[in-house]
Amino acid sequence: MSDSILRLSRRRFLQVMAGTAGALVIGIGEVRAQDAPSADVPLAMLGDDVTALGPFLRIEPDGRTLIGARDPDCGEGTRTSLPRIIADELDADWRQVIVLPLGPKVVNENGNARWRYGRQLSGESASIPAAWNDLRQAGALARWLLLQAAVRRSGVAASQLRCRDGRISAPNGKSYSYGELVKDAAQQAPPQTPPPLKVPADYRYIGHGAGDVDAHAIVTGQQRYSSDRFDGDPLIAVVLHCPYVQGKLDRIDTEAALKVPGVKQVLPLEPEPHQTLGNTPLAPSVAVLAVDTWSALRGRDALKVMWKQTGREDESTEALFKQAHALLDSDAEPTTHVRSDGDIDAAFKHARTKIEQVYVQPFVAHALAETMTCIARVENDQAHLVIPTQAPQQALSLVQRLTGLTPQQITIEVPRVGGGFGRRIDQDFVAEAVMLAKAAGQPVKLYWSREQDLRNDPYRPAAVHKLSAALDRHHRIIGWRMHKASPSMLTGRGVSADRLWTSEMERDALPAGLVENYQSSWWGLDSGLPRGETRADAHTVNTFAEQAFLDEIAKATRQDPLDLRLKLLGDSDRSLPYSGRGGAIDTARLRKVLTLAADAIDWKKHRTNGHGLGIAYAYIYGAYCAHAFEVSVRSAKLVIHRVVCAVDVGRAVNPTGLEAQVIGATMDGISTTLGQAISVDQGQVQQHNFKDYPMSRMAHSPRDMQVIVVPSEAAPMGATGIAMPSAGPALANAVYAATTVRIHRLPLLPELMRLL
Amino acid sequence: MLQAKQTPPESITPEAPRKGIDLTLNGEHFRHTGDPKMTLLWYLRDVLHLTGTKYGCDSDQCGACTVMIDGKRALACETPMAKLAGSEVTTVEGLAGENGGLHPLQQAWIDEDAILCGYCQPGQLMAAAALLKIKPNPSDADIESLPNICRCGSYVRVRRAIKRAAKAMQGDA
Repeated sequence: MSDSILRLSRRRFLQVMAGTAGALVIGIGEVRAQDAPSADVPLAMLGDDVTALGPFLRIEPDGRTLIGARDPDCGEGTRTSLPRIIADELDADWRQVIVLPLGPKVVNENGNARWRYGRQLSGESASIPAAWNDLRQAGALARWLLLQAAVRRSGVAASQLRCRDGRISAPNGKSYSYGELVKDAAQQAPPQTPPPLKVPADYRYIGHGAGDVDAHAIVTGQQRYSSDRFDGDPLIAVVLHCPYVQGKLDRIDTEAALKVPGVKQVLPLEPEPHQTLGNTPLAPSVAVLAVDTWSALRGRDALKVMWKQTGREDESTEALFKQAHALLDSDAEPTTHVRSDGDIDAAFKHARTKIEQVYVQPFVAHALAETMTCIARVENDQAHLVIPTQAPQQALSLVQRLTGLTPQQITIEVPRVGGGFGRRIDQDFVAEAVMLAKAAGQPVKLYWSREQDLRNDPYRPAAVHKLSAALDRHHRIIGWRMHKASPSMLTGRGVSADRLWTSEMERDALPAGLVENYQSSWWGLDSGLPRGETRADAHTVNTFAEQAFLDEIAKATRQDPLDLRLKLLGDSDRSLPYSGRGGAIDTARLRKVLTLAADAIDWKKHRTNGHGLGIAYAYIYGAYCAHAFEVSVRSAKLVIHRVVCAVDVGRAVNPTGLEAQVIGATMDGISTTLGQAISVDQGQVQQHNFKDYPMSRMAHSPRDMQVIVVPSEAAPMGATGIAMPSAGPALANAVYAATTVRIHRLPLLPELMRLL
Repeated sequence: MLQAKQTPPESITPEAPRKGIDLTLNGEHFRHTGDPKMTLLWYLRDVLHLTGTKYGCDSDQCGACTVMIDGKRALACETPMAKLAGSEVTTVEGLAGENGGLHPLQQAWIDEDAILCGYCQPGQLMAAAALLKIKPNPSDADIESLPNICRCGSYVRVRRAIKRAAKAMQGDA
């Protein structure tokens, strides 16, 4: 801990300044005097110029405490959990805290451009681990300064004073609100060394649950998402994308569209081939710009566009899977030998039992609640954007490139976002909005229909896994092969060919380290379909194959699926080296979540009512997770009666928010596993809307779900993605237990109906 | 304001009454004078900037635009304004009580923290409100009949919130 504080103090400094109205502003970052916020700006006007201080903190003389949330909140709960970390160290009164979103900001310092807030990215479940030290430090410094002010005011030693709920009290009964101390505190010189942080026993917000700060605004319909804003009275731009994979615009007849009342312009967008504007190439499109969405939609319907295919006419998902099977069945050299332990050939040669199975998992889309949108106003010397993005800094860089403006001339607001899950790390929609606003010469609000959104997604790569296990006569797993073929998510991103596997495989994926002879290899597949980050990324497909396969081994060797897993993890506590994010795998923590989930679902109790149980675990981003499902299938109807999910994420900063993430990720795993697939045929995506891309509804949600959070003093890990990977295989394993039908191809429901 | 006396004109040509569709929205009277085929969704969002009712799919699939029309669940994306003459429309902005207090469902949503990204929740709330009107004590199967999509998957808590609200509302009765 002290090490990280020292590093913090060398690289950055904590900034203290007094505003003209006497507010105290504290933040972490590199700040020049002219960038300093002035404290006399009214609350309603607080924007980037004022909040330009990283994870900042501002106390009004009336006691209101303003805390900036630097990471976008797409439902991860960052707008609640991050400010609570500061509020705890500050001993603030949470009821007086106002959370303000921070857009991205670049500052120039001695000619060097720097991000003022440090990392701003909601992704990889990393917001909390990335902020854990910074934010506590910001809160602790503010508290220290207020304490010094109280010492001077009261004449009582700091050690005798007590901070709580935004007040400092002395033993003599005197007490001061933070609001009345801020002027004095702001005059105070900051300490030479960072003030000490609280001991965990003193936490009042960290580890104590809180509901979402925006809950009231959301349930009353007052929350403004990007799509709810009309900044600059923009034209609404309804976009029609090329329906062909890597196709092009051929001809366009705009006459009828332009006659529709309210339609102002029709603009084709034909990006140069290979023009890198985001992670994925921009699809050619035509936009209809109108005074309102209704008119724009009518204009779109009247538009006549001809598209042409350019070399991907024959692309199909079935062909991709065939190619994968052929590769995995041949002796072809893999694209990458990922890991090799022991003597895998010898293990299979001497095995008593050999088991092999292939798993096919399709492309899936994000299908976020709020479809892609963006408001862009681009002028000669400034630009203002409202963007539902997970990656505000990438958005700013992109706007800079497209407009030629300096970062200081660009303002980006990131209101609460209607879902992220990796989709909004890509910036294709931002590029479209900026290009359209420039071409139109006036503010534009981009609108993607559900169909455009579903058919122009950076999809989760499809994957085919071939798993093989060698067992000795004690049914011990002595050899494990994981062969996978998939199109890499990283294709086209300037990643060298020998690194393309890194988005598809974890070098140290379990059961690596537990099985003496282990081999994993990857074959790269070619696909023109855009691909991108998803919740938990490749962990989901890899864990599905691994955890479903463990159940097949259990079945083949007549072992209980739980016992087999416990045996594999072993009785002794081990620390398995792990080169991916999260550090070494602690087998004791993994065993713990597995046992907790099994006990809570009453695993050993034999079900006589036709219900089936399934279990699975995963290690991801430094967190441990296990799912247990109880399901039944009657008259072709699947009911998920009960789900238990046990997680160990280290210290849970906001247990209420953590539970929400676990429930959501579990549902995501269910939804993806049960029904979702994006397929391509003759160079076109075949799905259009929720009719043919089913998102699970209430009927497929667990009737009862229990989330068990393992108490932990370890550093906090993320929450958003960690309960995604093990949900799907636990569900599939439960379906097998209930029906004896084993699913090797997702999505599960159509396959189950076919096999039942 | 004082007005100058005017001499009445020789003949009066009465101005034609401005045509429009009259409806009641959250207790207030509105007249829509634009395209009668425009759907309620875009009337609410683009014309009135009443944005609690969300766009989700425009094809009767997701429920993000759920409102109540004459007390019944309806989808704003598939309701043309022409159909609304004389109708009473309630959106999420009108769900709270007249005294400004929250509807028991809204309170239950907050108490259960039934929110992830929150985007679909106005629609979820309106669908649940319509359900409780016909099923004050809904069974699991009744709740499972709700078609609204929550992409973030907060169904477990939405289910709890509906049950909590139903209980609270029966306590009031």
